[in-house]
Amino acid sequence: MSNILDVQGLTTVFKTHDGDVKAVNDVSFSIKAGEALGIVGESGSGKSQTFLSIMGLLATNGYSTGSAKLTGQELIGLPTRDLNKVRGLRMSMIFQDPMTSLNPYMRISKQLSEVLVHHKGMSEKDARASALEMLDRVRIPEARKRFDMYPHEFSGGMRQRVMIAMALLCEPELLIADEPTTALDVTVQAQILDLLGDLKRDFNTAIVMITHDLGVVAGICDHVQVMYAGRIIESAPVNELFANPQHPYTAGLLASSPRLDIVNSEEKLTTIPGQPPNLQRLPTGCSFAPRCPHAFDRCIAELPMPRPTETRSPDHSPDDIHVKACHLEDHKGLAA
Amino acid sequence: MLGFTLKRLLGAIPTLFIIVTLSFFLIRTAPGGPFDRERSVPPEVAANLNAVYHLDEPLWMQYGRYLGDVVQGDFGPSFQYRDFTVTELIFRGFPVSLTLGGSAIFLAFLIGTTLGTLAALKQNSKLDYAIMATAMTGITIPNFVMAPLLTLVFGVYLRWLPVGGWEQGFDQVILPIIALALPQIAYIARLTRGSMIEVLRSNFVRTARAKGLPERVMITRHALKAGILPVVSYLGPASAAVITGSVVIEQIFSIPGIGRYFVQGALNRDYTLVMGVVIFYGSLIILFNLLVDLVYGLLDPKVRMQ
Repeated sequence: MSNILDVQGLTTVFKTHDGDVKAVNDVSFSIKAGEALGIVGESGSGKSQTFLSIMGLLATNGYSTGSAKLTGQELIGLPTRDLNKVRGLRMSMIFQDPMTSLNPYMRISKQLSEVLVHHKGMSEKDARASALEMLDRVRIPEARKRFDMYPHEFSGGMRQRVMIAMALLCEPELLIADEPTTALDVTVQAQILDLLGDLKRDFNTAIVMITHDLGVVAGICDHVQVMYAGRIIESAPVNELFANPQHPYTAGLLASSPRLDIVNSEEKLTTIPGQPPNLQRLPTGCSFAPRCPHAFDRCIAELPMPRPTETRSPDHSPDDIHVKACHLEDHKGLAA
Repeated sequence: MLGFTLKRLLGAIPTLFIIVTLSFFLIRTAPGGPFDRERSVPPEVAANLNAVYHLDEPLWMQYGRYLGDVVQGDFGPSFQYRDFTVTELIFRGFPVSLTLGGSAIFLAFLIGTTLGTLAALKQNSKLDYAIMATAMTGITIPNFVMAPLLTLVFGVYLRWLPVGGWEQGFDQVILPIIALALPQIAYIARLTRGSMIEVLRSNFVRTARAKGLPERVMITRHALKAGILPVVSYLGPASAAVITGSVVIEQIFSIPGIGRYFVQGALNRDYTLVMGVVIFYGSLIILFNLLVDLVYGLLDPKVRMQ
């Protein structure tokens, strides 16, 4: 299958008073149609900024270099006017905080219909009808009754459904979900993830799921990329990554989150000691080396480039490659 | 909405009562009286005058009498302009001040919000700095400097516009309106810039951008409504202040508004006139604050609910 999104050497820098901050550092990856890609990493690892760069939504002091192609069309450096013909239509994004992401001064109906009026040139009446249909589709109860309400009359979970409906109005090729469930109750989280899973199947939309919740990744994603200090340090099919983490950071991340599928009440959750590096003064070698229990001389001297690993779980398919950016030898099941 | 308005209007009564009481006693604690400036009159005439205006009665009786009159809408005769009642004076001057001040505040709103939005959109650019520097100048230069300066340049040197007067043509009102509007433009521009910068960084504006809405639609339909809220709350009291006349502007451009009654009334110890103007101004402030709240309800659905 062809790639929906092709990212090559994407780098995003923010200019600040005390120097440049490299939030995204030479990142390359691709997503296929109907694929769900998980992006995992802690706060400040660049996972959100990577996709805000692609959407052209960076803060005014940020700029990107490199390439990001949406089915062949280059997005990086595209003027806002042209970008506005792509975002909302062929790719859309939903955000972490549904409470503040909708316009509090505008009716839900208008916020939805304006997308269709703008991108599809629909009449207000047709746009309203389609928008209402989409609200039904994201399972908003009594959508017709709520259609002309304001956001503050909706609960958090319903607002996120509205955001999802809004993002799907034009049936985009790519849906970017930036921590869509972080601000929601656990039960609502599960509903939203179910919904996204269904939509991925029904629309064949490629989904990017940005999250720090490994449970979310396990539930809905096909492929996972782990980011650290602006770089992708490991990338693998989801089962492979959970079964056979190759980068010490990934292994640490897995060990620090509770697993319900492994019954072992004796085992305690571990933490990764130390802090992520300062993005203004990245080390010459591996960014994780200062915190890594396995680091050796080469890790501090030389930046590890992404390379395919030898080991794979038995059920892998031929084009699912496990890639890591680490100098360590490949091994089975790295301990933290 | 109607219930809310009625409740607020009823709530204004105690406020006005306090305003009346405070200003009644304050103006009378000032040394001197309304007739001290008259050429020396025989003591009998002075006593007679005081008797006619009930100034010979104890203060509490005067207060009670005044309160009774005010409740009936009677602000009494002016001590200084003896042929007129205070009500007549206010209603002769107010239309002039209202026209002048209303135009100035309208102009200030249009230009101020536009400049503020431009500055916010181009934050930290040369345009932004230019607008903000001009606005800062506009705020710091008092209008008793700005007004004569404008007259000097456009009236005296360039001879484009008349230097004063009223009721003889549109060109007469241009300079006073500009002089009155300038500081307001500056203030509103700064307010708008501040709140627009915040709104433009907000999550819902990011959503509007993510939807691919054109920049113009994103600003006018999504950002502006939120960005303008602080300006609306400023406009209430500001409008009340501006339409009740500016002493300085009215003096410099010889405009027959009510602003001068404030100062002249106070200087002449024209008790009734000062009281009348204070009560009028107080009522307008209360009214405009109510208007602001009603407009807020129109702009913000959350306020409407409550």
